Amino acid sequence: MAADRTTSAEKAPDVHARQIAGLDALELGGAAGRPAGRLWSGVWGRLWPMLLAAGIVLALWQGVVWSGRWPEYVFAGPAETFGTLGERLSTPEYWQAVAVTMRRAVTGFAVSVLAGLVVGALVSRVRVLRAAFGSLITGLQTMPSIAWFPLAILLFGLTESAITFVVILGAAPSIANGLIAGVDYTPPILLRAGHVLGFRRLRLYLHVILPASLPSFLAGLKQGWAFAWRSLMAGELVVIIAHQSSLGERLYYDRELADSAGLLATMIVILVIGIGIDLLFETADGALRRRWGLRQARD
Amino acid sequence: MTAPLTERTAGETGDDQPSVLLDGVSKTYGQGRNAVPALDDVSLSVRRGEFVSLLGASGCGKSTLLSLVAGLDRPTAGRIDTRGGKIAMMFQEPALFPWLTVSANVEMALRVRGVARKERRARAAELLEIVHLGGFGARRPHELSGGMRQRVSLARALAQEADVLLMDEPFGALDAMTRDLLHDELERIWRERGLSVLFVTHNVREAVRLGDRVVLLSSRPGRVAEDFPVGIGRPRVIDSPAVAGLASTVTERLRQEVLRHGR
Repeated sequence: MAADRTTSAEKAPDVHARQIAGLDALELGGAAGRPAGRLWSGVWGRLWPMLLAAGIVLALWQGVVWSGRWPEYVFAGPAETFGTLGERLSTPEYWQAVAVTMRRAVTGFAVSVLAGLVVGALVSRVRVLRAAFGSLITGLQTMPSIAWFPLAILLFGLTESAITFVVILGAAPSIANGLIAGVDYTPPILLRAGHVLGFRRLRLYLHVILPASLPSFLAGLKQGWAFAWRSLMAGELVVIIAHQSSLGERLYYDRELADSAGLLATMIVILVIGIGIDLLFETADGALRRRWGLRQARD
Repeated sequence: MTAPLTERTAGETGDDQPSVLLDGVSKTYGQGRNAVPALDDVSLSVRRGEFVSLLGASGCGKSTLLSLVAGLDRPTAGRIDTRGGKIAMMFQEPALFPWLTVSANVEMALRVRGVARKERRARAAELLEIVHLGGFGARRPHELSGGMRQRVSLARALAQEADVLLMDEPFGALDAMTRDLLHDELERIWRERGLSVLFVTHNVREAVRLGDRVVLLSSRPGRVAEDFPVGIGRPRVIDSPAVAGLASTVTERLRQEVLRHGR
């Protein structure tokens, strides 16, 4: 009965449908569910190189301490540092300092996201604004945030506003730039598809261009976070606010008191927070790429 | 408009009113000495419910012509009249939105018209059923094969409930077997819905297999070189002697067009 495709397609549409279903099934053949235990092996696969790197750094650190280039009260070894770290983490005051820093980071970053979104959306949509501010925004990105502090302190005094001001100036340009780049690189075929479907102007922007720029925007967010975190640490070292302990302020006083172990312990906390949040962005990016099919599943 | 949903074929309706009319359409890119004429004085009409294949070698401005009809671009001279009918278009790539599920992609065509969410769902499910993708609404476009994605694209175009469907080499990137099956599908859907189709291709057999007419465009600049009526009864089979016979006539004419540029 399959000898003549004309008759089979006409008299028995079922056969035609089944032929299509068969072809579909064959083409999707490779897409089986992920084997069990894969999650754990994935985590371990990422974890062990990190542990190895940490081990190497610790060994080098200990080596430098043992070399005797600096006396141990100037440059503390890993053992002493981690001891101090443990002590500090067991006091509520230290956690309060961490909380103050994190609160500043989160508010500063949140305002930056808002500002970056508004500026990025306007600049990417309005041609005149693009011509006027496009390169300025890129220029702002290259400006070292510490250079803003004299002005910020003049404007706001030694207050948290001065810190937030600089954090926003550090992060917002990257976020705006991420959005602008995403809008610029929206695949023309998607614009055409949106246009043919009837989306115009603002609706095309909202329903097609903005979603299409999401990966680039996410990259901008990640970079913005890095700038925000750096600006914040610089700010907390420069702008010391009485009765409000923070991680940067801790660094400042540890240096004043020549508390080498305490200084290194706080640096480790700063590093770990930075890495942790970067991992969050990485995870979001990975999830997005999987959903969009931008990354092939590994083997 | 009350488009009859019952089965019908072109010619049976006796309706000779064109749903797409191109009158002396020219398109030139660039200006002055750098001007490149893409289309030159093209006149062409597609009757309601008619399937017209547009055929030509590279550089004949086939895709330009479709863009003009779709309103993505404007002609330099001449007139395009689509009688106020709605126009849907399919591209060589599926052009699906990767951030949306298959179903949501189809729904985009309804969303632009403000159709309520629940109804959108139902309509999308129906349309996916029509292109044999019933169970795939929740998938992401990248999880489907090329042929399946192109069918989603077709479902999305159908969701526009347009009177005219423009197709720009929609099956060009597919393997032969998938393409043959999609020809059958397209023919069935075209007949059921009474669509007017303008189908661009560089594949002669495909043009003959599908079209009520095959319009051959010359190259650089694109002009209508010849208009072949296809008097072969439907359903057609791409490997049948009738299709192959007309295809070789058309190919011969196409070859002459290409040879003109060989000197």
